[in-house]
Amino acid sequence: MAYVAVKGGERAIDNAHAWLAEDRRGDPAVAEIGTDQIREQLGRAVDRVMAEGSLYDPDLASLAVKQAQGDLIEAAFLVRAYRTTLPRFAASAPLDTVGMAVRRRISAVFKDMPGGQLLGPTYDYTHRLLDFALEAGFTPPAPAEMPAEAGEMPHVHSILGHEGLIEADAPGSGEPGDITRTPLSFPAGRDVRLQALARGDEGFLLAMGYSTQRGWGGTHPFVGEIRVGEASVCITPPELGFEIDIGDITITECQMVNQFQGSKTQPPQFTRGYGLCFGHGERKAMAMALVDRAMRAEELGETVSAPAQNVEFVLYHCDNIEATGFVEHLKLPHYVDFQSELETIRRMRADALREMEGTP
Amino acid sequence: MSGYNFAYLDEQTKRMIRRALLKAVAIPGHQIPFGSREMPLPYGWGTGGIQVTAAVLGPDDTLKVIDQGADDTTNAVSIRRFFARTAGVATTTHTGEATIIQTRHRIPELALREDQILVYQVPQPEPLSKLESSRAETKRMHGLAEYGLMHVKLYEDITRFGHVSISYDYPVMVAGRYLMSPSPIPAFDNPKMDMMPALQLFGAGREQRIYAIPPYTRVVSLDFDDHPFRTTRAPHACGLCGATDSYLDEVVTDDRGGRLFVCSDTDHCETRRAAGHVGAEGVAA
Repeated sequence: MAYVAVKGGERAIDNAHAWLAEDRRGDPAVAEIGTDQIREQLGRAVDRVMAEGSLYDPDLASLAVKQAQGDLIEAAFLVRAYRTTLPRFAASAPLDTVGMAVRRRISAVFKDMPGGQLLGPTYDYTHRLLDFALEAGFTPPAPAEMPAEAGEMPHVHSILGHEGLIEADAPGSGEPGDITRTPLSFPAGRDVRLQALARGDEGFLLAMGYSTQRGWGGTHPFVGEIRVGEASVCITPPELGFEIDIGDITITECQMVNQFQGSKTQPPQFTRGYGLCFGHGERKAMAMALVDRAMRAEELGETVSAPAQNVEFVLYHCDNIEATGFVEHLKLPHYVDFQSELETIRRMRADALREMEGTP
Repeated sequence: MSGYNFAYLDEQTKRMIRRALLKAVAIPGHQIPFGSREMPLPYGWGTGGIQVTAAVLGPDDTLKVIDQGADDTTNAVSIRRFFARTAGVATTTHTGEATIIQTRHRIPELALREDQILVYQVPQPEPLSKLESSRAETKRMHGLAEYGLMHVKLYEDITRFGHVSISYDYPVMVAGRYLMSPSPIPAFDNPKMDMMPALQLFGAGREQRIYAIPPYTRVVSLDFDDHPFRTTRAPHACGLCGATDSYLDEVVTDDRGGRLFVCSDTDHCETRRAAGHVGAEGVAA
């Protein structure tokens, strides 16, 4: 037999890419989807890609969703790889979420409160019945409108805070850390943890948050409030020396209120878990708030035993771009290492078989 | 490629990586955290090696990329193309012609020279990771050179199997101080690291670590006096070039147990055949 070493990796890659492009387009008899359609009609997918891609740009995220055939982790990866080439100008001032234009705001801890409950566009009370009218094409009737009420919507912790019933905001520590510039190290500050969670995989955080509810590091949570809307992003360019508004972004914010038994130095009071993500992503923001609070166990003198309380475990595994890369790298050839394992196991089997034969 | 800097990364990022590399060379075998960037290739597919290569690559360099010892494996092709596209550098498959060699899982058979740099892709830079999962803890262990855990692991292997069962990513001591992962190269390649004239750089992108072995540095595979380190290779000659000292791939030729053993280092095999060496299954080049 004349064996010829396998060649042709280069051509195989080109051909694979051409096939992929054809596969992505699907049946050419069906109209091609536009990125504007994705942006306008698959908004939640676009929002998730912006959140996990860590870049607020609905147009680029829509392109990524199209390019990735709707594979949202692949789309977030495309966005991340683009984001990393961009210069970093500044850190924004903390978002003023009290003054943001709220389209949805609910609290589970009070029946009513200043600013009111605002249900907004939600799937919460829809009956999950497939709507065949949508399949046929459907123009929705105009929703009811009412003038925006003047006045701010204070956060629920500022309502509870007057009595000292809930922990106050910790003082800011200056410019926040940035895990895209400085490698993670431990102990990791809360700024760094929240940044990692905000980019973290929704599914991972959902499972970790869920695990705390099932007894793996329970935090006794209540939804203090969830709000969705548009917040202004402000920066202070050093050459100007004053703050300027550079635009609005849609965000979802969740303030979780958690029981706290108190410690030797602190009387019992409510503590907080915080979640925030780009776009409309309540599941993500809530899960993030649960996990954020769980990871504060050590700081609050609680026993650290559950996965969600283990900061290293959560932060090293919440990034789906890292996770998918490393899981999927198992597709790469490993035959050199496998060969050394083969030789080792052959030797071990030979030893074992000799021993077995040796025993009566 | 328009719109991107030479070798993709911006100069500030390259400077940051070079600073980490300088530190790494100054403390052989010690893992240096660095601000690993998100690359347009997936984590686990060579992002660390690519960033290191991008940081040391110049327009006059000649680059060789291998995966499993071969230049034509798809990921090696992909990375070589990445640099041909973003840096426009010359590429080669000949080990002797390359100034920078990026590798995954192998060290070339041909002895490397002082004017060459070997860049390893590293999936898990922490040699203690399978014994201690917390990085805060392993960092402390490295600080104290507290490597008893690894010696116990080797000892337990010997009591159980009669020998150490690690066949790749076999831990090494660098310059008598730091325990280091050689990356998942077969243990067969470990001795090549010792006193190598070429600079050896290691990049772990996902884990955000860089480390290095300067030229002519002692690299010792862990062992015991009564159980010295030994390497394994398939006990055959290369079917194509007849080499008896190279690392071999086992190629399945049929479903009845038929096997062909060939050099994993494709350049080594081709060079030998071009020089007239012919194996039992080969044809003269």
